Amino acid sequence: MRRNLFSVLVLLFVFAVSIPVFAQDGAGVEPWTCPQGFEGQTLNVYNFSTYVAEDTISNFEAACGVTVIYDVYESNEALLARLSQGNPGYDVIHPADFMVAVMSDLGLLQELDMSLIPNFANVSETFVDPPYDPGNVHSVPYQWGTLGVGYNITRTGEEITSWQQVWDYQGPVAWLEEPRIMMAPVLNLLGYSPNTQDAAEIEAARDFLIEHGGNVAAIAADDGQARLEVGEVDITVEYSGDIFQLIADCECDDFRYVIPEEGAQVWTDNMAVPVGAPNPALAYAYIDYILSPIAGADISNYTAYGTPLDLDLVGDLIDPELLSNPGIYPPQEVLDNLYFLLSVPEAEVLYSDAWDIVKVALSR
Amino acid sequence: MTLEMRSAGRPGIYKGEKRRGLALALPAMLWLGLFFILPLLIVLVISFLTRGTRGVQFTTPVTIENYIDILSFPYVDVFWESIGIAALTTVICLIIGYPLAFFIATRKSRIMQNLTLFLVILPFWTNFLVRTYAIKVMLGADGPLNTTLMNLGLIQEPLQLVNTQLAVLLGLTYSYLPFMVLPIYASVERFEFRLVEAANDLGANDLRAFLRVVLPLTLPGVIAGSILVLIPTIGAYITPDILGGTQGLMIGNLITTQFRGTGNWPRGSAASMVMMLLVMLALIGYVMMSARAALTNRRRPVE
Repeated sequence: MRRNLFSVLVLLFVFAVSIPVFAQDGAGVEPWTCPQGFEGQTLNVYNFSTYVAEDTISNFEAACGVTVIYDVYESNEALLARLSQGNPGYDVIHPADFMVAVMSDLGLLQELDMSLIPNFANVSETFVDPPYDPGNVHSVPYQWGTLGVGYNITRTGEEITSWQQVWDYQGPVAWLEEPRIMMAPVLNLLGYSPNTQDAAEIEAARDFLIEHGGNVAAIAADDGQARLEVGEVDITVEYSGDIFQLIADCECDDFRYVIPEEGAQVWTDNMAVPVGAPNPALAYAYIDYILSPIAGADISNYTAYGTPLDLDLVGDLIDPELLSNPGIYPPQEVLDNLYFLLSVPEAEVLYSDAWDIVKVALSR
Repeated sequence: MTLEMRSAGRPGIYKGEKRRGLALALPAMLWLGLFFILPLLIVLVISFLTRGTRGVQFTTPVTIENYIDILSFPYVDVFWESIGIAALTTVICLIIGYPLAFFIATRKSRIMQNLTLFLVILPFWTNFLVRTYAIKVMLGADGPLNTTLMNLGLIQEPLQLVNTQLAVLLGLTYSYLPFMVLPIYASVERFEFRLVEAANDLGANDLRAFLRVVLPLTLPGVIAGSILVLIPTIGAYITPDILGGTQGLMIGNLITTQFRGTGNWPRGSAASMVMMLLVMLALIGYVMMSARAALTNRRRPVE
């Protein structure tokens, strides 16, 4: 008996010592292990299309012995429309940052039990406790990206690194048909919050845009990359992913993406468990799996968006070409300048009115 | 024939025939009621409401604020500009279309006449959007027009043609020219050219004969053509959007953005109502002018 107790203590000691050792040089590559007891169950995942690596789902199915029904949608609005009529049976959904706020306001999301998602500890500090979901009550981050500037370096003849260069550029530029997104960097530059609801500050940003919009050839409805590709414009404000797609598709070395040094909008897509989920326990297991280093890195290598996981943990698993791209993984000082755009329903009308005036002024 | 006889002879059956006649129009009436009158009423109601927040597109209180907005800066400026662009397009279409209609109508061989008419209508066989994009490609910095001019040495740098008001005018003129040509052709075809000889015989020179004889008799076609070009171009949306960029903002584009994203449905509705009123005024003007033209034409031989 006594010997048994002794050996148990020894074993415990060995474990206690060895766990930190594993964590130091092994945890980053340890494959995820599924908690017991899910065999034969079903999980319903609802995500954007082409937004997981090819083996993400099958690996999870193999690890847990479960079946995943993977359904896709094309926009956050479609997701909201589907869920607001009552959850048709989804366990995990992937709302964007602003949609997390909207859906949790509407009471569509469950509060997460973080004790069931131990890998949440892997998430980089940058994406913990985000302003759209303080305390990560309803969501954990899935992927992230920025809204910056795509340009044709052959046409511009120089590297573009700042909004100031975009505003001063002598040549055709495309803006995005999104009042909040276009006014945010100006508000930031003028020293105001990009999420301001103050009429005077919004008007100041409006006047700044009118003054600096002389080079704007078109205000594009998210097709700036196409206008850039055909040479209609030399610079465009666009989502990072659209420009990276253009760079990948082009048999050329003309196009670049940059997160302007003054700052830019960062967005996240997130994982959340909707109210009425048939199998929340398995949903937690899935979320924990996605936040494990290997599965998380696989996804980001496939999508070419940023992983929210701590790069100290997963950096070695990320494709070096992606990791060294400052448009995907910017240096810390750029990271510090990124801002989320929060929903400001009371000020929406101020922004849209200001935007109409900008458009009319630019048409002169 | 049988119908007339029966209804004349037996008034009881006439009522039934009338009802049956109404039944013929029923599908069209239902269609228009459901998809034209009803939506129009909805737009009218929304135009007097207030924009909501948090995804609520319209709410009480009832207000005329939207109409005041639309009739003041910056929206009213865009209205004027749209009317200006539409009027200019109409004039250009008229200058090109009027002689063209004469050219077609005066072809001696019937085959030639039909062939030229066919060529005018031919563009309609291709989708409007596709044609507009084709113009954009044609006018682009690397497009055939700029390339040709540069190869000829006429210009050194490609001309900035896309995303200008000129491109919008060009696109609109191209798209709506057939609407001008066809009605004018119809009235030129009926025109009796011996009347010009008669006018000359009576001492009128060519200009006078044109102004006093040719123009008045083809005026109904000119007016019909102008209305057919003016009305759709005032509300043009696709052409200025694709060809004009920031320079092509017309009222149709501004109305569209009011219904998208974070726009303002009540204001967009008010703008739509104002635009419909404008179009209706133009149509009333057309009806009055053509009535007067018909009257003077009837009177003319007596003069």
